[in-house]
Amino acid sequence: MTFVREAMLVAGKDLRIERRSRVALQQIVPFGGIVVLVFAFALDSDRTLLSRAAPGLFWAAVLLAMILAIGRSFAVEEANRARDGLRLSGLDGGAIFLGKAAAVAAELLVLEVVVGIAVVVMYDVTLRGALVLVCAGIAATVGLAATGTVYGVLAGGLRARETLVPLLVLPAVMPVMLGATRSFQAALDGAPGDAWPWVQLLVAFAVLIVAAGTVAFGPLLEEA
Amino acid sequence: MRVIRLRSAVCTLGRFPALAGVDLDVDTAEILLVSGPNGAGKTTLLRLCAGLLPLRAGTAEVLGVDLATDRKRIRRAVALVGHETFCYDDLTVVENLRFAARAAGRTAADADAAIERVGLARVAHVAHGRLSQGQRRRLALANALARAPRLLLLDEPHAGLDEDGRAVLESVVRGAPAEGCTVVLASHELDLARGIATREVELIAGQVRAAAVDAPRTEVPV
Repeated sequence: MTFVREAMLVAGKDLRIERRSRVALQQIVPFGGIVVLVFAFALDSDRTLLSRAAPGLFWAAVLLAMILAIGRSFAVEEANRARDGLRLSGLDGGAIFLGKAAAVAAELLVLEVVVGIAVVVMYDVTLRGALVLVCAGIAATVGLAATGTVYGVLAGGLRARETLVPLLVLPAVMPVMLGATRSFQAALDGAPGDAWPWVQLLVAFAVLIVAAGTVAFGPLLEEA
Repeated sequence: MRVIRLRSAVCTLGRFPALAGVDLDVDTAEILLVSGPNGAGKTTLLRLCAGLLPLRAGTAEVLGVDLATDRKRIRRAVALVGHETFCYDDLTVVENLRFAARAAGRTAADADAAIERVGLARVAHVAHGRLSQGQRRRLALANALARAPRLLLLDEPHAGLDEDGRAVLESVVRGAPAEGCTVVLASHELDLARGIATREVELIAGQVRAAAVDAPRTEVPV
């Protein structure tokens, strides 16, 4: 089986599990919506501030929900020692990484659509710069999913993984938060030209973390 | 051909030497019973041979592969039936097995045949999380069979199986040599295990203490 087919096999397995369990749909996506709602309540007295801060609040909501998605992605590997089955399968570590990251990215994209609609409705945001929003959104999502997957496997074998993953992931994805927020802000302000350098940062980060994860995931899976 | 060759093999769990210098040879198509008390290192021995645990000292070769340098390379040729099923609760029996089979380079038909062989066809579309303990044990065995391994490692394979399940297990193990598969099983159910093993070694405190003794020979069905 080719490397790509192996990755698709793992991604298909993870997405099938999520479709069956509906944890992503019934818990993680609503969680993202609730975070948006919480911010709306917290800043309700100042509609202008809410609208200005919308890009940052949107990505903060996505980031928090991503922590749950990563936890879920590796929790299914711990039950019944499925992680050992994955190791015994002979699948390439890099392919397992790409498959798991792709599944998380797919879940995040669905989440972003839902949270995005909530932000537009609740924060009174006018959408502009669709191309920038889509490009930045995809690059940021890949970066978030890949980073989360690397740190997820790192913490996977530890008892304190639920609390350790946020501690490890949140500082590591600060470049994504910065780039995604700034590019969204520029697009919504009607200055897409200012957004592209940030989109380039997001793409560079995504490429680097995907490459690093593809190389490092196999050894991390063995050691964790 | 020698399938397993261990010399002074040491394997640690944390700092504890679960295997403290094991010497063991297993040849093709043997059915080896590893007996010994709790904590003797039986599970560790099987996990080492599956390439799941690193070798700390000594030498170890499985299917001609040096475990000290490339233990991942043997995994597609080895199947381990452990205390857990290695399956996903939210996937059905058939989905779990097809994933395992495809990951090991086999086909969906291999997975379906394994389901039939262990008698799980009736629950093929039931999620793993809803299976009984006995059905899970059968699924673990099917998971191994779907990979068509050259070395089958069984850790307490009789546990949780009913009479019918034990008959299935016995049939699989007895039939393995005819398929070119070598079997190593660790068990406390010695009466049952000795009935199907062709040889027995005893593991005590991480070492093969007793000299290899021949278990009662059994006929291999043709």
